[in-house]
Amino acid sequence: MLVLTGCGGESFTDDEKAIIASLSLSALPPLPPDPTNRYADDPAAAALGATLFFDSRMSPSGTVSCSTCHLIDRQFQDDLPLAKGVATGNRRTMPLAGVAWSPWLFWDGRRDSLWAQALTPLEDLREHAGTRAFYAHFIADSFAERYERIFGALPDLSGVPGHAGPFGTAAEQAAWAGLPAERQDEVNRVFANIGKAIAAFERSIVPEETRFDRFAAALTAGREPDDDATLTPEEIAGLKLFIGKATCSTCHTGPRLTDDSFHNTGVPPVDGLPEDLGRETGVDQVAADPFNCFGKYADSGPEACGELRFMVKDDPRLTRAFKPPSLRGAASRSPYMHSGQIETLEAVVDHYARAPASVSGETELHPLTLSERERQQLIAFLKTLTN
Amino acid sequence: MRSVALYAIALVALLAVAFVAYLAKPPVTQKPELNTSRERTTDKGLYAVSIAPDGAEVKQGELHSWIVSVKTAEGKPVSDAVITVDGGMPEHNHGLPTAPEVTENLGDGRYRVEGVKFSMSGWWELRFDISSPAGQDKVTFNLVL
Ligand code: HEC
Ligand code: HEC
Repeated sequence: MLVLTGCGGESFTDDEKAIIASLSLSALPPLPPDPTNRYADDPAAAALGATLFFDSRMSPSGTVSCSTCHLIDRQFQDDLPLAKGVATGNRRTMPLAGVAWSPWLFWDGRRDSLWAQALTPLEDLREHAGTRAFYAHFIADSFAERYERIFGALPDLSGVPGHAGPFGTAAEQAAWAGLPAERQDEVNRVFANIGKAIAAFERSIVPEETRFDRFAAALTAGREPDDDATLTPEEIAGLKLFIGKATCSTCHTGPRLTDDSFHNTGVPPVDGLPEDLGRETGVDQVAADPFNCFGKYADSGPEACGELRFMVKDDPRLTRAFKPPSLRGAASRSPYMHSGQIETLEAVVDHYARAPASVSGETELHPLTLSERERQQLIAFLKTLTN
Repeated sequence: MRSVALYAIALVALLAVAFVAYLAKPPVTQKPELNTSRERTTDKGLYAVSIAPDGAEVKQGELHSWIVSVKTAEGKPVSDAVITVDGGMPEHNHGLPTAPEVTENLGDGRYRVEGVKFSMSGWWELRFDISSPAGQDKVTFNLVL
């Protein structure tokens, strides 16, 4: 029989030790550069981005900022099944720790950079519900000096209506269509720079060390874990299940516990919400986004666009495929899944055990036989990833 | 007397549980020896193919390129091949996370394949479908990360 000692070191195989090391925070590579954002590592841009992130004037109603949904003391999410801006949306707010390591943003990866992502909620009618002309004017009125020190001169906005953009109300769309192409381009550039400043700030939101990481460090170094680095036999059994029989680490892999790819896991849709095909729609949207890596507002040449260029398109695997969230901190931020479909970790583990068929597309999961005890062990392990 | 019998029964039960637990344990990762050679002959024997990472060592989760060299069985470089790339993780029943392509014919039977990514550690397959006037054939390489 397996003998679990305090250290636990001798109860892991070499393969298990290697996987455990690969899940630990010390395996996190350095913050990847973002060649599409020349200001990504500019401290002044990050400071402006932080200001904008928390400023509810970043919505015409004056009520919504990024931090309305991404709460700083709640892992930058909101504990709700569906996000609420000026109206209720169709998806759950994603936590942001480590987001700068993600090649694809959103549950369906419909944006390919942090700065292009940031522009999307600003013009979403259920979130900030503003238009790019509104944001350009707001920056010119309230942050002109800070903006110009980073990005250079603001354009002359005197001919630009207060509210105009391609996704607003019919009147706002008409106002946008009425602008000459050069004016549109100038506004787009200010808008893109707002995204780049916010992205520079978001690069500072990084995952925190947890008890699991301290345990993994001790295991890797072959030393006895200190008090705050010990896992109980229950948690160790859960860890072994996670990387073994339960195959969780096939998708929840690497130090952020996500493979940054897209998987159909048969999570059921929510009654009353429009059909959500996940990545299937996401690939078309990111390819069509004027702010994507190939677009004129990206600061790099096409050589930086490998992810976009070689993304999987037209594949049945993409139907209802979603990005696996990082499991760091997950234990203390229910509900779960892309529209908050599952309320508790018990129910999440039960979902994986049953592996229900998907309403469309095919689930990648296979049913698991997990005893009540094993389910509790898995949950106990997930809690070691949360402070 | 009675308590000894009970003790014995309990012991037998315990051993049985331990035995079942032992059987239910996932197979220890003793994979059958994989052929991880980077030089292989295609399935029907038409081509001799070799692959090498283009530049730096391959890192999990990073986009990278390979150089694929194609020769006829007689060892003549095939410089007019059309190659498509495919692959995945046989143990997990999933394909590649990206859609790699041949982006450049480097001449002399050498081709650059860009856009390869291995999103996790473990056993990956890279498969090449090769067509040229000499015929169509396939080859699979095993890579362990
Ligand atoms: C109304 C609530 C709400 C507001 C306001 C909001 N978000 Fe979000 N955020 C969400 C939701 C919901 C998602 C997932 C949406 C989806 O996948 O369709 C998300 C996703 C994200 C992601 C993707 C994370 C990942 O791992 O892919 C980032 C980054 C992000 N938001 C940043 C921002 C920024 C920056 C702002 C302000 C400009 C902002 N959000 C405003 C609700 C909100
Ligand atoms: C085939 C890939 C895959 C496997 C295997 C897998 N997951 Fe997931 N996991 C995902 C995806 C994708 C999501 C998001 C699904 C969605 O929202 O529709 C997810 C979501 C979750 C969530 C919710 C996180 C959140 O913030 O909403 C938890 C918790 C979780 N998985 C735990 C596990 C555990 C425990 C196992 C092993 C029993 C496991 N996963 C196996 C892909 C996988």
